[in-house]
Amino acid sequence: MQRYSGFGLFKHAFSHHENWQRMWRNPTPKPVYDVIIVGGGGHGLATAYYLAKEFGVKNVAVIEKGWLGGGNTARNTTIVRSNYLWDESAHLYEHAMKLWEGLSQDLNYNVMFSQRGVYNLCHTLQDMRDSERRVSANRLNGVDGELLDAKQVAAEIPYLDCSKNTRYPVLGSTVQRRGGVARHDAVAWGYARAADASGVDLIQQTEVIGFRKENGVCIGVETNKGFIGGKRVGVVTAGNSGHMAGLAGFRLPLESHPLQALVSEPIKPVIDSVIMSNAVHGYISQSDKGDLVIGAGIDGYNGYGQRGSYGTIEHTLQAIVEMFPVLSRVRMNRQWGGIVDTSPDACPIISKTPVPNLFFNCGWGTGGFKATPGSGHVFAASLAKGEMHPLAKPFSMDRFHTGALIDEHGAAAVAH
Amino acid sequence: MLHIFCPHCGELRSEEEFHAKGQAHIPRPLDPTACTDAEWGEYLFFRDNPRGIHHELWVHSAGCRKYFNATRHTVTYEILETYKIGEKPSVTAAGTAEKKASDQGVTA
Amino acid sequence: MSQVNRLASGGRVDRSQPLTFSFNGQSYQGFAGDTLAAALLANGVDIVGRSFKYSRPRGIVAAGAEEPNAVLQIGSTEAAQIPNVRATQQALYAGLVASSTNGWPSVNTDLMGILGKVGGKMMPPGFYYKTFMYPQNLWLTYEKYIRKAAGLGRAPTAVDPDSYDYMNQHCDVLVVGAGPAGLAAALAAARSGARVILADEQEEFGGSLLSTRETLDGKPAADWAAQVITELSGMPEVTLLPRSTVNGYHDHNFLTIHQRLTDHLGEIAPLGMVRQRMHRVRATRVVLATGAHERPLVYANNDVPGNMLADAVSTYVRRYGVAPGKQLVLSTNNDYAYRVVLDWLDAGLQVVAVADARSNPRGSWVEEARKRGVRILTGSAVVEAAGSKRVTAARICAIDVQSHKVSSPGEVLDCDLIVSSGGYSPVVHLASHLGGRPTWREDILAFVPGEGGFQKRLCAGAVNGVFGLGDALADGFEAGVSAAAEAGFKAVSASLPQVAVRLEEPSLALFQVPHDKPTARAPKQFVDLQNDVTAAGIELATREGFESVEHVKRYTALGFGTDQGKLGNINGLAIAARSLGISIPQMGTTMFRPNYTPVTFGAVAGRHCGALFEPKRYTAMQSWHLQNGAEFEDVGQWKRPWYFPKAGEDLHAAVARECLAVRNAVGILDASTLGKIDIQGPDAREFLNRVYSNAWTKLDVGKARYGLMCKEDGMVFDDGVTACLADNHFLMTTTTGGAARVMEWLEIYHQTEWPELKVYFTSVTDHWATMTLSGPNSRKLLAEVTDIDLDKDAFPFMTWKEGQVGGVPARVFRISFTGELSYEVNVQADYALGVWEKIIEAGKKHGLTPYGTETMHELRAEKGFIIVGQDTDGSVTPDDLNMGWCVGRTKPFSWIGWRGMNREDSLREDRKQLIGLKPVDPNKVLPEGAQLVFDPKQTVPMQMVGHVTSSYMSVALGYSFAMGVVKGGLKRMGERVFAPLADGSLIEAEIVSSVFYDPKGDRQNV
Repeated sequence: MQRYSGFGLFKHAFSHHENWQRMWRNPTPKPVYDVIIVGGGGHGLATAYYLAKEFGVKNVAVIEKGWLGGGNTARNTTIVRSNYLWDESAHLYEHAMKLWEGLSQDLNYNVMFSQRGVYNLCHTLQDMRDSERRVSANRLNGVDGELLDAKQVAAEIPYLDCSKNTRYPVLGSTVQRRGGVARHDAVAWGYARAADASGVDLIQQTEVIGFRKENGVCIGVETNKGFIGGKRVGVVTAGNSGHMAGLAGFRLPLESHPLQALVSEPIKPVIDSVIMSNAVHGYISQSDKGDLVIGAGIDGYNGYGQRGSYGTIEHTLQAIVEMFPVLSRVRMNRQWGGIVDTSPDACPIISKTPVPNLFFNCGWGTGGFKATPGSGHVFAASLAKGEMHPLAKPFSMDRFHTGALIDEHGAAAVAH
Repeated sequence: MLHIFCPHCGELRSEEEFHAKGQAHIPRPLDPTACTDAEWGEYLFFRDNPRGIHHELWVHSAGCRKYFNATRHTVTYEILETYKIGEKPSVTAAGTAEKKASDQGVTA
Repeated sequence: MSQVNRLASGGRVDRSQPLTFSFNGQSYQGFAGDTLAAALLANGVDIVGRSFKYSRPRGIVAAGAEEPNAVLQIGSTEAAQIPNVRATQQALYAGLVASSTNGWPSVNTDLMGILGKVGGKMMPPGFYYKTFMYPQNLWLTYEKYIRKAAGLGRAPTAVDPDSYDYMNQHCDVLVVGAGPAGLAAALAAARSGARVILADEQEEFGGSLLSTRETLDGKPAADWAAQVITELSGMPEVTLLPRSTVNGYHDHNFLTIHQRLTDHLGEIAPLGMVRQRMHRVRATRVVLATGAHERPLVYANNDVPGNMLADAVSTYVRRYGVAPGKQLVLSTNNDYAYRVVLDWLDAGLQVVAVADARSNPRGSWVEEARKRGVRILTGSAVVEAAGSKRVTAARICAIDVQSHKVSSPGEVLDCDLIVSSGGYSPVVHLASHLGGRPTWREDILAFVPGEGGFQKRLCAGAVNGVFGLGDALADGFEAGVSAAAEAGFKAVSASLPQVAVRLEEPSLALFQVPHDKPTARAPKQFVDLQNDVTAAGIELATREGFESVEHVKRYTALGFGTDQGKLGNINGLAIAARSLGISIPQMGTTMFRPNYTPVTFGAVAGRHCGALFEPKRYTAMQSWHLQNGAEFEDVGQWKRPWYFPKAGEDLHAAVARECLAVRNAVGILDASTLGKIDIQGPDAREFLNRVYSNAWTKLDVGKARYGLMCKEDGMVFDDGVTACLADNHFLMTTTTGGAARVMEWLEIYHQTEWPELKVYFTSVTDHWATMTLSGPNSRKLLAEVTDIDLDKDAFPFMTWKEGQVGGVPARVFRISFTGELSYEVNVQADYALGVWEKIIEAGKKHGLTPYGTETMHELRAEKGFIIVGQDTDGSVTPDDLNMGWCVGRTKPFSWIGWRGMNREDSLREDRKQLIGLKPVDPNKVLPEGAQLVFDPKQTVPMQMVGHVTSSYMSVALGYSFAMGVVKGGLKRMGERVFAPLADGSLIEAEIVSSVFYDPKGDRQNV
């Protein structure tokens, strides 16, 4: 792998940047792989990377129906945090957070992970109780978190309306200072480049249209370009997971919903951190390019159209203007939607399936991006061993039968 | 912003008056106590999540407050029909597949 | 400074109305009818900004929405600041204050420009992914400087003084764009009687008709436009929306139109006016007549001020009477661009030469130019522009388009303006917002709208690839007729004006002009001017493996600007396609998303901010609460009195006083916000049996009972008291926040599962106001204002009576949430304030004290009564709450929740259970939400066993106490738990019964 550095840029400037290598190959699929990953988004690419790098499984293919990182990886609002309430999710997301810290160096690709702090505002007394509960749990789980009062919030977040004039006055906020944002596309590209360098075959423009089974055991995937054998198959297709499960012959406790986001025109720095509010339903950060990156909740209906309803955009901007009245004259440049696979308890499914050798990693709902490294890592470990990683075990599909849900709804009433 | 025909009101109204309530035609088991945990879990949580034609439950929450079903395409978002609770859809994925096949001259 | 570039005559500006404005601190003059861009050009302003990455000087390129460079800050005061205004779309008004968004110390001498020249070589696309990685902890520092350099304009730091609103509209035909096709379509539809909305983004209707040199019926085209507009204005079913951009095409023919009502008048709306309005339109049919944008050619140094679009220059000359230069060179691949040459000659200016990439162009416009003596260099193109702050010359070479090579050393021609035209790109944005991919047409070298799916829309004119004026008019008229007919109106025939027939020859596929040097080594050839994306950058991206159009876009930032690539995207993907050896349609386009042009946040939000963000709900006694100094708590949408502080009291002092008053005398609480649902029908009782966890079969008329409601998973989701009013009539109460949820819950089960049950639900929350009298003196007090017999045997606990209270009919429920003798008085809401005031008056001698939610919460916690949502969180069964007494284990019907609470996990032994917590130090109050551990000495991550749900300092008890959930807590009475707090301290507490006060319940039963 051609190593990237500031000196490298300097050197390549003299050759007019004509000699940069490809970031990944366009390989012809082999007949059979040790592991096939279906889905070339951030989670799938991370899985392939860790399989090759940490678990010694190098005969790996990632099969992507479109372009790498072209699904929710390309469409999210890039927030990274690990301040989840329940032990199981806190440990999983904190595992991811630790991998984020150092990911650029690990991949030799600047994913611009920026620990600018993530604030979750409280607007009611119950918000304050819930926040104390979450921050207290975070602290005892080794996840950083603080609860601020309204005065501290006003001091730390310029332009946030902390007066009593708002419909739901700000009473306080939690803050995870290690939280922040990262450059979403770079995460996919960085993992792809590093996985490719380890020998992983990244097969783009190839759609999986079925799973081949022998005696009920999965032995590979049918694609629109033919059969590809796989000793183990891991499906990481986010919003399309329900569809993939259908192809494999079972159902998942998932619904795919549109999740919309929008950006403003680029402006000079005005929002320094990530500010989220469940009560007024909106969240905001500012990218390095200057765009305000804004999101909100999901649309209520199932949808694979990568778009939602305008009413959701209206509510979101109402929330943003309510929180930050100075942004009223700023303009929205672009809006879009992703397809999020939401589970009943707002937690992922990282699990074996009724089909032996077929594994699913899905149901991340609105929280997928932040988990990318951790999700990839534990899924890679599970695929390498054929047994679920300890951090993944609580997220098995079985929980929807036994009732052992990990109900993060309180922590995720608003999308993020 | 979807435009939804409420079969109770008999009018096309804007989506803001409605709420989507998930997949339609999931009857509560008549004898829940006879269900295994797994069967109860299936009833509670497992859903069809089709990329295509879907039957879903809606409520005209800011209108007549009545529930009804809609057959909607989850990719194009086209609403193919709405119908009252207790009625059967006239457009189904299977039916559409059959029609497609017959349009192409294939007979079942 | 005088208007050096203003032509002596011509244009549609009003020369009798000079307007003074300022740009970068310097004062200038323009005319009414100018855009800011036209006025800047008139004054010879070449540099309007500095580029994003390389800080190169940039000038105005276009005349409309596609302008990438002239993106300015507007505003004379802080509150009026508007970032990123496109000067080409901003009408000039007197006193306009504009400035560039980048450049230090000024756009003319920018120090960053030097850095850009030196450092630019080290900034290929994606350079930031390849560096700034080491050392790890320095990224935030690097990023601080990157952020400072990025961004265009700035947000105001003061609150917006303007207001915005929405308007919902319905129409038969919405016509988007009032150019030739749009006007013709609107006319056709309107004449058929259809309700028509015609929206156009410009100051004036007419589009290209306002600047074209072509004539209609031998008269200026603008005359025909004026005639059509006059006719349309007189039709009552027609709504004309100028300065209105249709910015989004949403599902089911829902479109949003962003109308700028006052931006042409000033930076802030005149008093009483709304600055901008969003029209939310549901259209039966839509006609998209959105036109086309001219595409520039990509050649070396094509970003130096003085490089412009051909069409834009025609517009400036003919519509604004402005000539942005003296000596013009045109580089083109098509016939249409020759019109600028003729316009330029008509203005009396010099055309240096035309470079036409085609070998032998013979079209009518070409011949006319030739006849007028214009030097035409065929098979040639402008390969490179010279000049730094303004074009000084153009180098024209013969080129071989097939091999993409320069085939002659060429000649350098002095000039101050290079205009280029690479053909036209239809404005397919709106047609593609719903995901329909545009289709490539090789014959016109352009993408046209793809399939519209089931959306009811037609396209007309240039957006359809119909570029000729006469054809566009006909296409528009036909679309208008069809749209109206499809909407149910009868078509009317009409004659369209005549356009001179001309020979038009096809254009030649040329996007990037070849250079003597390979792209990577040639001077920069810009594709996306706003984001400094070059042809070399695109080639580099494809070399590095970014082969999908989305990858190219994301890696290079092509099309990511505020112009969203209107000018550069097609050129960019043509370059990528050539670099990859594939065709343009194989390369495809990126997704088109709303907005077509940016939309003010405030306009999208409309009036729904501040007090109108969500409705505030008040009870009938709100005015009394305000007069008596209540502090309020938000509960759902309600504003509830939280506590009633007296002078000098804080929350704790007030609550202590209020609590003692209830325990020792009597208090009054406004409980009107509790949800109330009237349930009637012969099967009402059966229905209650099914939705509540406990049994309702035996509840007699006149009695009331507490009930728990669960979801199918067995988890508690609401609670409340339901009273039997008559055998088939019940009044259910719900939590304040849960009222709507419960109502919907009852309805969904009734309508979808058990429609055979005869039962009806009516929300009566707002109809009844509820005042709770609680405390040992409540009976004495109530007796003074009611005719109901309050004798303890006549009116026992958990029953209700009807009678008069305060002179009005009332329902009085003897139920208690405080553990004291209590009466909940319900009267019609419109009488309630009067009744409340009478009770307050009568209560004076009984020590009546108003109390709020905080006191209510504390008093009920002393009794161990739960609050759903505070002591529960959606993962708690009735048994977890130690409320097994409220579970009908033998009810015949498998009620909602019963199966769920008997799942494997719901029956687990070590579930978290609700218990009481008594801090060992009676003065320490556990924080609500604090996590609990058994072993405080363990290391992080600790084993958490539960958390505190409610916690108070009780004056009645004389010590602090709490409720919480602890794993297996009910079997751990007397054991200790610890709450490790953020400050490092620990609070130790004993697990006790959750009933702290009057455990036998004697006080409520007196």
